[in-house]
Amino acid sequence: MQEKKLAIIATKGSLDWAYPPFILASTASALGYDTEIFFTFYGLQLLRKKLALEVTPLGNPGMPMPMGMDKWFPVALTALPFMQALMTSMMKKKMASKGIASLEELRELCQEAEVRLIACQMTVDLFDMNPADFIDGIEYAGAARFFEFAGESDICLYI
Amino acid sequence: MADFDQELDASGLNCPLPILRAKKSLAGLSVGQVLHIIATDPGSVKDFEAFAKQTGNELMESKEEGGKFHFLIKKA
Repeated sequence: MQEKKLAIIATKGSLDWAYPPFILASTASALGYDTEIFFTFYGLQLLRKKLALEVTPLGNPGMPMPMGMDKWFPVALTALPFMQALMTSMMKKKMASKGIASLEELRELCQEAEVRLIACQMTVDLFDMNPADFIDGIEYAGAARFFEFAGESDICLYI
Repeated sequence: MADFDQELDASGLNCPLPILRAKKSLAGLSVGQVLHIIATDPGSVKDFEAFAKQTGNELMESKEEGGKFHFLIKKA
């Protein structure tokens, strides 16, 4: 079987949206796909050595909340300062209790499986990010570099 | 359950960890050797079918016993 290729663009920097790129990339590798993830804009947060990702209930009517709060809790109050920290901590606890891998672990598994991780150079410049804050073994490049691989890919996902 | 060469207990782990751990264990086996995987994730039943189909490794057995899922995969 000829090796298939998966190209992913990761654009989001929240705890929940950090999962799909790493889950799909690591699984694809296990299935024999040659895989690349291009991280742009908020997606760059997924490459930090120390991940400090949060999840927000704000403006997210699909987010299940404890005690059925998503049904009765006033939407405006989800903007209160403590809500994001509270939801993040509850989400992390829930994930651990369900045997869901941590992002650090999934990211490491991706790197072990030789998934190529590419940081958008333009975003790094735009937000004055310091490459020293990012994990080792990543590449810095632009849109043309993404298309070099994506143009040959069998599956291309924008997440 | 037939004989196997190595056992992987992926109980309590959720998607995609059972598959990733199995892939890693298979890498350490020789062609023709059999890996026995134990999992509790109900999604793993379809996932191991799909894994075998796409990687060419043979899913020799897949069954539920005592609330756990058991798979035998022969390395191709």
